[in-house]
Amino acid sequence: MRVGLFIPCYVDQFYPGAAIATLQLLEKLGVDVTYPPDQTCCGQPMANSGFEHLTGGCNRLFIDNFSGFDYIVSPSGSCVLHIREHLHDEKREAEAKEISHKVWELTSFLTDVLKVQSLPSRFPYKVGVHQSCHGQRGLHLSSMTELVAPSFSKPGSLLAMVKDLELIELDRKDECCGFGGTFCVAEEAVSAKMGKDRVADHLRHGAEYITGADMSCLMHMEGILKRQGSQTKVLHIAEILNSQ
Amino acid sequence: MNTGTKDHAELAGIFNKDEDRVNWHDETLWWIRAKRDKIVHQLPEWEALRETASKIKFNVLGNMDTYLMEFEAAAKANGVTVHWAADAKEHNEIVHKLIAEQGVTQMVKSKSMLTEECHLNEYLATHGIEVIDSDLGERIVQLAGEPPSHIVLPCIHKKKEEIGDLFHMHLGTPSNMADPQFLTETARGSLRETFLTRKVALTGVNFAVAETGEFVVCTNEGNADMGAHLAKVHIACMGIEKLIPKREHLGVFLRLLTRSATGQPQTTYSSHFAKPRAGQEMHIVLVDNGRSVQLGREDFRNSLKCIRCGACMNTCPVYRRSGGHSYHTAVAGPIGSILAPNLDMKKYADLPFASTLCGSCSNVCPVKIDIHDQLYKWRQVLVKEGYAPTGKKIAMQVMAKTLASPTMYHAAGKMGRLTIKYAPFAVSNKLNPWYKERDMPSAPKESFGEWYAKNRK
Ligand code: SF4
Repeated sequence: MRVGLFIPCYVDQFYPGAAIATLQLLEKLGVDVTYPPDQTCCGQPMANSGFEHLTGGCNRLFIDNFSGFDYIVSPSGSCVLHIREHLHDEKREAEAKEISHKVWELTSFLTDVLKVQSLPSRFPYKVGVHQSCHGQRGLHLSSMTELVAPSFSKPGSLLAMVKDLELIELDRKDECCGFGGTFCVAEEAVSAKMGKDRVADHLRHGAEYITGADMSCLMHMEGILKRQGSQTKVLHIAEILNSQ
Repeated sequence: MNTGTKDHAELAGIFNKDEDRVNWHDETLWWIRAKRDKIVHQLPEWEALRETASKIKFNVLGNMDTYLMEFEAAAKANGVTVHWAADAKEHNEIVHKLIAEQGVTQMVKSKSMLTEECHLNEYLATHGIEVIDSDLGERIVQLAGEPPSHIVLPCIHKKKEEIGDLFHMHLGTPSNMADPQFLTETARGSLRETFLTRKVALTGVNFAVAETGEFVVCTNEGNADMGAHLAKVHIACMGIEKLIPKREHLGVFLRLLTRSATGQPQTTYSSHFAKPRAGQEMHIVLVDNGRSVQLGREDFRNSLKCIRCGACMNTCPVYRRSGGHSYHTAVAGPIGSILAPNLDMKKYADLPFASTLCGSCSNVCPVKIDIHDQLYKWRQVLVKEGYAPTGKKIAMQVMAKTLASPTMYHAAGKMGRLTIKYAPFAVSNKLNPWYKERDMPSAPKESFGEWYAKNRK
């Protein structure tokens, strides 16, 4: 199985730790992982702002970098959802379609493809999980409170395999954190308020760490935690699953 | 966005100046959403009901012309006068004419978001006709001189103390009286007089049955019935999308509507109107006002399935923290943000951007409208039509170019990290909206790409 590692631009630049953990975790599980060095961004920042017509360059680059892999894995639900739903290229439509079917978010790749049953990790802290909307509602990484359906959580089932980790319950299980890409600056007031409320739910229940499958939401919440001078930290789920 | 007036972000910014109020607004609406969750989880067939409703409406939208003709014929056979209005102006004129014919200058109206959409009250006021809204919440915002901020809970943005002040000013209650029971009694008392004296009553329509020419009006206060039963003339105004094919389909929608709206199993009053009683006149105004245009927009057609339950607003994390008035349109929230640009793209170009695209709205919607996908699609349309601010356009072009080239991307990334590390004041300042309430991420010494090149080759 040949797996291409897709590391979104802002993770590459600001959160290399999440990317390294993703790589090491996959290697630990015996996966043959390659990181195509010329990758940049999935194009979502433009597309969600209404400029999908400017994403041709990103799309081409993505296809160039990720053609030929059996799977493409990424530690970001949001970027994966964007590729799944919007990757296209008039000249290479078939290739684009194939790639969009092969791209996986990390936790679902671990539970659904690798069918991981146990992990050698330990993380002795109280942890709150932030269910990012695109991962949860878009990629169905976990059940959604709005729907009448059985409950499940792919990130949750993986965290349950980590020794000494204590998962906390939240009052609002799947409320959006308010990041929303360019929404976070275009709608600064609402975005910041949503973030503050989201963080408060975790803090109220004693979270020492907030984790999730999407670094962008975590970055947003980290900004708020830091501004509040909080001791609580954010950590991408890959870093927890990869911890010893 | 260049809307000429204040846009959603600005209005939301103003609303957010009072954090306690935002908290209270958020918690009140969240409480309703939680109530909704609880009651829908009691129905194992909930998702099947949603699917059924969505399909019935799909059928209606695909055969609108047939059902409208069928409805008109049946209603006429029942002795109802049917009027057609192409737009808000025609709608208002028809209503005005019907009132004028009675030689009266006063009318009682039960809740109808369509008349809000058409700005009927303002129109009638300029023609010397006084409208009293009989829904308690609507009466309150009417006294306050404001539009409703929510389609089901029109005065959800008002605290009981503020309502007490309004009643003190307009209805002569003692000052500083905030007891809900007392305030409700007062409003009822004042409305009773209205019901007894008005010759003309206007109601909205929740569902109109093509097969029978009947329509159903749902209220919790019985105010639509009081108005319609006591008046000589009953005018019912409906958007053409309110049709359902058969009476048997009502069961599906009535089960979905109130559970989604307020978490109740049924509305207190689901009143069926078929024909005028002896001596009464009944009129139905069928209003298009942009609906057939939306029907023709394939990507947005589904928005016409909306049964106006308000669930998407209650669940919307943005709506809860920005308030209904920030949407500056009659129907606020996620669904309003899809419907409004259809009416006026320029004026409402900001609304599809007032969302994080979290998708919760689509999940609660009882008729399964793909709300968040439509918001995404509107963004593409609005930008293409030229409604993006120039600054944003340029930024996006630069970004697209940089991200399409690995060389430029790596250079820019390095520079970005260096800036944050060595010149944080360049980004961590008041001009950067991120920084207002959030710190910037710290800059690592190398990117993952750089680390990988060193460690895995
Ligand atoms: S869009 Fe759906 S959830 Fe929103 S008001 Fe309409 S029917 Fe209700």
